[in-house]
Amino acid sequence: MKWHYALGALGVLFLGTGHAWGLFFAPPEFMMGDVGRILYAHVPTAWNAMLVYLFAFVAAIGTLWTSKSSWESWLVGFVEVGVVLNILLCFQGAMWAKPTWGVYWDWDPRLTTTAILIALFAGVLIQRNLFHAPDKRRIITGVTAVIAFVNVPIVYFATTWWNSLHQGLSSPDTVSNPMHWPLRVSAFGVLFLAVAFSAERAKQERARLEREDTAPTLPLAQKQLELGAE
Amino acid sequence: MSSNNMTSRLFLVGALLVAGGGLAFVAMSDMGENLVYYWEPTQLMEAGEDAYGAQIRLAGLVETDSLVWDEPSQTVKLVVVDANEVKVPVIAHGAPPQMLREGIGVVVEGTYTQAGIFEADQLLVKHSNEYKAPEEGATADELYQTLEQDFKTN
Repeated sequence: MKWHYALGALGVLFLGTGHAWGLFFAPPEFMMGDVGRILYAHVPTAWNAMLVYLFAFVAAIGTLWTSKSSWESWLVGFVEVGVVLNILLCFQGAMWAKPTWGVYWDWDPRLTTTAILIALFAGVLIQRNLFHAPDKRRIITGVTAVIAFVNVPIVYFATTWWNSLHQGLSSPDTVSNPMHWPLRVSAFGVLFLAVAFSAERAKQERARLEREDTAPTLPLAQKQLELGAE
Repeated sequence: MSSNNMTSRLFLVGALLVAGGGLAFVAMSDMGENLVYYWEPTQLMEAGEDAYGAQIRLAGLVETDSLVWDEPSQTVKLVVVDANEVKVPVIAHGAPPQMLREGIGVVVEGTYTQAGIFEADQLLVKHSNEYKAPEEGATADELYQTLEQDFKTN
């Protein structure tokens, strides 16, 4: 099934359209001028990072409930793409923060919880690679992903629960009309691309797990490994 | 169903309980009371004597007609005001962010002196979540309503 290639192509198309629209046709932001155009990259990245982590959470529940490698592969795909979006988010934010707030970074509640989010989900991937027994590894990946997800609503509500330097949640009411559509189109572009990349990584992971499953056991090598470990 | 499957489901229930408990703890607890990123002028005044000399973050809106940039000494003078109309004069050293203007939000970091002036080592601009197209003759405080509400509801 190559549906995700089509989805990825659609993502590139949407993202290209949304960004061209935002860069060349939408008006500059009243206060920030042209710098404000990073809105079309940063806000879609933020929304989709949270959304992809939500997908990972659902996949983690599916993985633990069914113990199926198909769910587990999707889980890995979503967590990886989520971490990439999350890291991008922080760099885009830093680029935007310097000319507007005056600093690249500040330990305000939103930024701090977002940085912790990278550590948590990167931790899920690191944990996963520490275990080689398939059942143990699957459970560890699922459990850590479910627990890491707790921080996602905390990041989302950070600007509501605590006072912060970061602005509050954007909504159609707070974004001026000519900026709505480039923002929405860019957001769908990032979503399609994120799902396409996750699907590709899930496919690769599924193949890897199957290879692992059907690989002949090597009693001697196993024994040597165990001896070496002691 | 195999016993492996059962173990996995038990772990799922355990993980969900830990996750739900953790989130409920953060949401319900008084962390907001203890985790304070900044004070507003009202809270600074309420702190009384304790406010002097301590490293503090202060936030509010830049009052209209209060902003002065003194080029030779590289100093910004402004007055930070909150919803209760409590005002604190601020002196900040160094070139300010380009976005600094009257009516916009700021977060300043520094100390409150006995002279009643806030000496800031760092001045940050707090933008609102409103993104607006330019309008003829509009001023910052007309366009950025939520920022004012921020400092009104707190």
